[in-house]
Amino acid sequence: VTTPVVPSGAQRSRGTSFLRRWQKRPLGFARGDGVAMLVALLLACGPGHAVEPSEMLPDPALEARAREIGRGLRCVVCQNQSIDDSAAEVAHDMRRAVRERLGAGDSDRQVMDFMVARYGDYVLLKPPFKPDTWLLWLGGPLVLLLAGGGLLLAARRRRPVEAMPAPLSDAERARVAALLGDRSRECQRPSN
Amino acid sequence: MNRLLFVLPLLTLAILAGFFGWSLLSGRDPASIGSVMVGRAAPALPQALGDGLVKTGKPVLVNFFASWCAPCLAEHPLFERLKSREGAVIIGIAWKDKPEATRAWLARLGDPFARLGFDQHGKIALDWGLSGVPETYLIDAQGIVRLHFRGPITERDLGTILPLLRGGS
Repeated sequence: VTTPVVPSGAQRSRGTSFLRRWQKRPLGFARGDGVAMLVALLLACGPGHAVEPSEMLPDPALEARAREIGRGLRCVVCQNQSIDDSAAEVAHDMRRAVRERLGAGDSDRQVMDFMVARYGDYVLLKPPFKPDTWLLWLGGPLVLLLAGGGLLLAARRRRPVEAMPAPLSDAERARVAALLGDRSRECQRPSN
Repeated sequence: MNRLLFVLPLLTLAILAGFFGWSLLSGRDPASIGSVMVGRAAPALPQALGDGLVKTGKPVLVNFFASWCAPCLAEHPLFERLKSREGAVIIGIAWKDKPEATRAWLARLGDPFARLGFDQHGKIALDWGLSGVPETYLIDAQGIVRLHFRGPITERDLGTILPLLRGGS
């Protein structure tokens, strides 16, 4: 046995009267307001960052470099997130290590190498270009080239070579000259 | 020639199907990130930990674990067995764990470790290329990393661990 929960008549009428009053308000929402709010919301929520304030370096220039590096390093337990985006423990440790290295005067390259030495190329979100990754980098363009070449070949083969008409014989040329006659001469000297 | 071109889409489909089938059936783990540690000299351990254990003519197991980690609990009996039956030298490193919690955990389950270290901030772990716990490394008598297991070791892994452990040098 169920007891249906139905709003009482009094409640319902109160609800509609509130709605009516709200609609009558002179300061209701204009049509564009929704869009403006949406845009503001979208602007307000950028990509999620896991970098905690306690991790940040006091030097803004160094911190900016750390961010740049962090965006290029892959979190080793979350596959498709950079260490800047990941809240994983390891990502936290890696962010701290990046900042420690930078603080010790390492170049960006050295910091990257530090991570690669420990986690391999896997840790780079942008894989390096070397024999192991040639297929990865060149595979896409190669397929595109092959497909483009194939299309070109097919298009060329399909269109039959149009036979050029035979050049005019002397008699035909004379006839054309007769037909065009004076007009062609006028054309040669338009400004008399 | 033109007839052959019609086979091309079918051929492409066959290649794709073959690749997908292989991915499903070969047991390949796309989530595996591999390890660059294998074949390299073992990273340094804090003096108190590695002192006199690594590079002394006997293989050593290094196990990163934590009392809060369930897979660590699962693999724990294997380390007990490796220690008691094989006399394996095992260095345990508690990763991001409170020392008192680690000690209580070991007191409850048994302590297979010759040395116990604490890496509360994950600094040692980073040098070892650790991605989480549990992870286990086998270091040979020359101090070279021979095996690196990400995740708990299982009965099946003993097949690869034991020969290297017994082989000694």
